[in-house]
Amino acid sequence: MTLPQTPSQTIGPFFAVGLPWADGPEVVGAGAPGAIRIGGTVTDGAGDPVPDALVETWQADPAGRFAHPDDPRGPAAAGFRGFGRCPTDAQGRWAIRTLKPGPLPAPDGGVEAPHIDVSVFARGLLRRLVTRVYFPDEPDANAADPLLASIADPRARARLVAVADTDGLRFDICLQGARETPFLAI
Amino acid sequence: MSDILRGRQHRSGLVVPGYRPEAPGTHPPLDHPDYRSTRLRHPRQPLVPLPHRLTEVTGPLLGEGRVGETDHDLTVQHPGEPLGERIVVQGRVLDGDGHPIPGTLVEIWQANAGGRYRHDGDRHPAPLDPNFSGAGRCLTDGEGRFRFVTVKPGAYPWKNHPNAWRPAHIHFSLFGRAFTQRLITQMYFPADPLFPQDPILGSVPEAARERLVSRLDMDLTMPEWALGYRWDIVLRGREATPLDEDGEP
Repeated sequence: MTLPQTPSQTIGPFFAVGLPWADGPEVVGAGAPGAIRIGGTVTDGAGDPVPDALVETWQADPAGRFAHPDDPRGPAAAGFRGFGRCPTDAQGRWAIRTLKPGPLPAPDGGVEAPHIDVSVFARGLLRRLVTRVYFPDEPDANAADPLLASIADPRARARLVAVADTDGLRFDICLQGARETPFLAI
Repeated sequence: MSDILRGRQHRSGLVVPGYRPEAPGTHPPLDHPDYRSTRLRHPRQPLVPLPHRLTEVTGPLLGEGRVGETDHDLTVQHPGEPLGERIVVQGRVLDGDGHPIPGTLVEIWQANAGGRYRHDGDRHPAPLDPNFSGAGRCLTDGEGRFRFVTVKPGAYPWKNHPNAWRPAHIHFSLFGRAFTQRLITQMYFPADPLFPQDPILGSVPEAARERLVSRLDMDLTMPEWALGYRWDIVLRGREATPLDEDGEP
């Protein structure tokens, strides 16, 4: 039996009524060994900050495992949530605290470089946008990553790699325009 | 590194069943000029295909410890009762193959009966209700069922076009069991006369719009207390795995 899927609608401007969690941006607590901060600004096609976006993240643990029964390699070490959720502030900024994920075996035999899947929701987005954060200290793994390799334009490819910043990693999300973030069809 | 090596050893056996592509005609386009806020917020470059691998076929399994006893009942979260028409909203979360998704987190938020959100950015001069926050959450049961008790949200004006009004709606956030299934959407009420002028519902391909409209179900009503609306939510279905095709377990 195949059922027709429910269509997407915008998250709208008032999701702060219900969606933000006090610990949403804390994928791990401040004291966790190896904790890193990843964040940036969401901007629109005019270059203006988007103050009403919700950024969500999903990732493997540092060993490349997921706390999920559909990981065919078996379960992760308990305790890593893997999920982050952060609304943007008035300046369009978001940030999470997490651990760097490990690389992942790909079903086709390759290896995926360490990455974090990202969903972006906002007023004016009728469905979510999906992108990925890669890590700047993994040039070899990034060069071999199947998704990055599928993007021909080196400037677009570079926009999926976070930039080392004074207090962590910066990953800006540009919804539209000359510096548009590559978004993914899943 | 040991995990990666283990992955490589299992390389030929690493089966990662993906999720079926979304049928054309399901979701709104990202660029929908009638909804003005899409103008500067839709990407202009084509989306890059992302084949489903481990990160996409897994996803956050949240909820235990995140849902309080009264979170599903938006009418009992304050000392007094909210004003408005009490309603029950019930349905199931299913995947595209008709399988229920048990134990998945459902989050909702909505305006009060007067059409006002408890949010600083809501400038509609309708009264706030001290007894209504407008947020709820629950986990689906073993059959994928969710159930909320709330009040029917009011319609409200917005600035999209002259004299624009949003039809009454409740926002829903769903996780399913994989990153690929994540969905945020809105549930509407039957036969709302505001539908034809609403560019947000109107952004959905016409044949799919009715999927966002709940139906009055007398079996869900609580006699002498609340009306009942039924709405089922269908997330993506899985691709058949090679094992399925061979008919093996």
